Amino acid sequence: MQTKRTIFPNRWLPYGLLAPQLAITLVFFIWPALQAVKSSFEREDPFGFKTTFIWFANYSKLLADPMYLNALWRTLIFAVLVTVIAMGVSLILAVAVNRLLRSGRVYTTLLVWPYAVAPVVAGILWWFMFNPSIGILSYVLGQMGVTWNHRVNADQAMILIVLAASWKQISYNFLFFVAGLQSVPASLSEAAAIDGAGPFKRFWTIVVPLLSPTTFFLLIVNINYAMFDTFGVIDATTSGGPAQSTNILVYKVYADGFLGLNIGSSAAQSVLLMLIVIVLTVVQFRFVERRVQY
Amino acid sequence: MVENRPWLNVLTHLVLVVGVIIIAFPVYLAVIASTHGPGAFLSNVVPLLPGSYMLDNYGQMLSQGMSTSGAPPLTLMLANSLVMAIVIAVAKIAISIISAYAIVYFRFPLRTLAFWIIFITLMLPVEVRIIPTFKVVADLGLLNSYAGLTIPLIASATATFLFRQFFLTVPDELMEAARVDGAGPMKFFRDILLPLSRTNMAALFVILFIYGWMQYLWPLLVTTDPKFYTVVMGIKRMAAVADADPQWNLVMAAVVLAMLPPVLIVIFMQRLFVKGLVETEK
Amino acid sequence: MAAIELAGVKKTYPGGAQVIHGIDLAIGDGELVVLVGPSGCGKSTLLRMIAGLETISDGTISIGGAVVNTKEPAERDIAMVFQNYALYPHMTVRGNLEYGLKNRGTPRAEIDARVEAAARTLEISQFLDRKPRQLSGGQRQRVAMGRAIVRQPKAFLFDEPLSNLDAKLRGQMRIEIRRLQRSLGTTSVYVTHDQLEAMTLADRLVVMNGGHIEQVGKPTELYDRPASLFVAGFIGSPPMNLLDVAALQALPGVTLPDALPDGTDIVGIRPDAIILGTAAPGDILLSGTVELIEPVGGESHLYVRVAGLEQAMIIVAQGRSELVEAASLDFALPADALHPFSRATGKRL
Ligand SMILES: Nc1ncnc2c1ncn2[C@@H]1O[C@H](COP(=O)(O)OP(=O)(O)O)[C@@H](O)[C@H]1O
Ligand SMILES: [Mg+2]
Repeated sequence: MQTKRTIFPNRWLPYGLLAPQLAITLVFFIWPALQAVKSSFEREDPFGFKTTFIWFANYSKLLADPMYLNALWRTLIFAVLVTVIAMGVSLILAVAVNRLLRSGRVYTTLLVWPYAVAPVVAGILWWFMFNPSIGILSYVLGQMGVTWNHRVNADQAMILIVLAASWKQISYNFLFFVAGLQSVPASLSEAAAIDGAGPFKRFWTIVVPLLSPTTFFLLIVNINYAMFDTFGVIDATTSGGPAQSTNILVYKVYADGFLGLNIGSSAAQSVLLMLIVIVLTVVQFRFVERRVQY
Repeated sequence: MVENRPWLNVLTHLVLVVGVIIIAFPVYLAVIASTHGPGAFLSNVVPLLPGSYMLDNYGQMLSQGMSTSGAPPLTLMLANSLVMAIVIAVAKIAISIISAYAIVYFRFPLRTLAFWIIFITLMLPVEVRIIPTFKVVADLGLLNSYAGLTIPLIASATATFLFRQFFLTVPDELMEAARVDGAGPMKFFRDILLPLSRTNMAALFVILFIYGWMQYLWPLLVTTDPKFYTVVMGIKRMAAVADADPQWNLVMAAVVLAMLPPVLIVIFMQRLFVKGLVETEK
Repeated sequence: MAAIELAGVKKTYPGGAQVIHGIDLAIGDGELVVLVGPSGCGKSTLLRMIAGLETISDGTISIGGAVVNTKEPAERDIAMVFQNYALYPHMTVRGNLEYGLKNRGTPRAEIDARVEAAARTLEISQFLDRKPRQLSGGQRQRVAMGRAIVRQPKAFLFDEPLSNLDAKLRGQMRIEIRRLQRSLGTTSVYVTHDQLEAMTLADRLVVMNGGHIEQVGKPTELYDRPASLFVAGFIGSPPMNLLDVAALQALPGVTLPDALPDGTDIVGIRPDAIILGTAAPGDILLSGTVELIEPVGGESHLYVRVAGLEQAMIIVAQGRSELVEAASLDFALPADALHPFSRATGKRL
């Protein structure tokens, strides 16, 4: 791994400099993670007096549990919808802003601030709009003949959390798409224009291919976001309901462990989630290494 | 490029205006709701134009909070959030910059291992190891304390990587010149590297402040004493009650106050914000 | 002021690459020694070992009579000027000049006096409150020099300090460095890959190749009596013509002077030692075709193809040559201007 050509000769100083970070990492990250792995192989008796090592029983039970499989399925739907919507909308906006010169900055400012809105707050805002008794959107839908009640309708609950989660993520994607678009050399588009390609043709044949690194990066980030950073959205809107229809994996870990107090199963769920994050991180890093020269 | 397609320009602005409306509308509604009296939410749809209770609502929330939900005044929760966000941002920057310094400017046994340990934190978001982490914090007696709210969140792989990347771009000769000039490692760090990192630190501060402010699950777990509630988690408690007892005007006043500080930071420090966001993700 | 002595100095980088293969060199007090050689031959490594920026794998380095092998750069009391100047970007010029003195606890009044003096010497007084990025390349170079001289160190170490300047400025600064070094009388080691810079600056020149010293001596000595084929080819521009003896002898009417030592299989001749036209007795007379003429002002470089010789010869003709390309040309290699070499050892005979 890279260092400077010359380095300072001190023997102990670097350990001292690393100590705070390593201490916190070991105590609050590595140790709990190891604990999770350990408990995922154990069963605790109801009074917490005795733990038994049970190999993969927690896992096999989990993977046979229709509730867990349901959560997995729901997570997939949710992640795909959020990723597609948040990326699609932001790409359209980014392309539009990129066409403008000065006024682009104004639009950018008006579009980026939801980044700073906490997921739980985003959830409350959308929940308010879809509130069955006073919400503006449920009112409008009612006028159009659609009865909105996400407390009982599973699909509507899913729509609600997808909208809230996507709304918050648009600003992030937007910024990265704008950056990506700005790094597409204007000369390429100009050359294509001279070759007689119209704006839409140019977009599809020049801009989209050159934007693919950004797109791929955002794809990973958005999946990550939808799977792990949307806890607040769920907790503020549906709490996983109705009938488990919005109980995505991160929410289920929390609900089973804290509310249901099923330590073994929750630990096994944690470990599976960690595996997912590891895969996503490795994919992302592979990609980053290709893009940025270390 | 000179391009004269009026319809395309109109379309561009149209798309953006619609986009801005979609983005802004939920917040607009919240602001409007926070200016009405309690009676406004009994009818069957929320008002769309401002009311006249703005000062009352915000005044009540800031000074007393919502008695029914057992939440403390918002001033306290805002202060807690501020403390949490600032401590997390500053501490993350501090421990990350010195870790990166150790990794780039020294060679020592186990250096690569240290790097990987830090790297691994990327793969362990709090959401996935929630119960054992809670247990560690409880065992250390850190529940209901500022230490418990902040310390477990201040390790940062991304900030460490950002500084590492930056240090690698600092010419080697700068450190060599400083050594010839009689600067030891700490002096070089303080006199040269730290001032050169200023912009990076500022950009990172913006991102990390927002990160700290938005924390929800963690404060929810480690605080049961309202004295330590942060505004983002406090709102949820109020909203849950408001569903039954619709004091939407008050809840939305709290929502607006909870959004305001980080949103203002994004708007007014946009350049640093964008730099921080784009660079930490590299 | 101090002498610098290298004895058996070797360097092996972590990873196993040995780049310095045992260097012995004594640099006198107040002397300006130039290390010159092709890129990658280890000049910078050697200089940085003297500075204390690289560890010494074997051998000893002493400055002012004291072995400094394990001393920190700052304790060696040397100053260094880097190719990219390495000015502290966030400090003003004054801050850059002061930094080393402050770290040494020099009293304020003396710092100010020294900074003023150095700034005056280098004519950068009016820039003292600017940041480096507000300066031109040449001005930055002066600040880098200033940072070295305010310290009044035992020795100056220069690592290609002029390489980032354009040709004209490089010429000016070269003269200025020479003048400054003379007037301060500070021992200096100067690294460059540019042989012209090396020739004009050096009290003594050290030609390096592949981590070895090829030859040490006054610039004129090296020019007049290169000790090896490498030095012969490296010093002087345009480079010395190196001719294969066997090929020469095979040419009709050519006999080599008896004075050449036994075993000479390559002879060298400087392009400016070749005489156009007739020869004195004992000289080698050749004729060829002019392939290309490079007029360079006061003189012209002729590239001449001699049938039977592999490479075109380069001849420096004084004044503006009336020759045209493709013309045939008679010229003579004076016997006393020939440099005899052995191909096998690469050494002068
Ligand atoms: N840190 C290093 N690790 C390994 N090899 C190095 C290092 N620095 C330089 N080298 C090698 O040592 C040789 C000499 O380098 P250097 O002293 O910089 O040459 P010069 O200054 O003469 O151009 C080169 O072949 C270079 O590749
Ligand atoms: Mg070099």
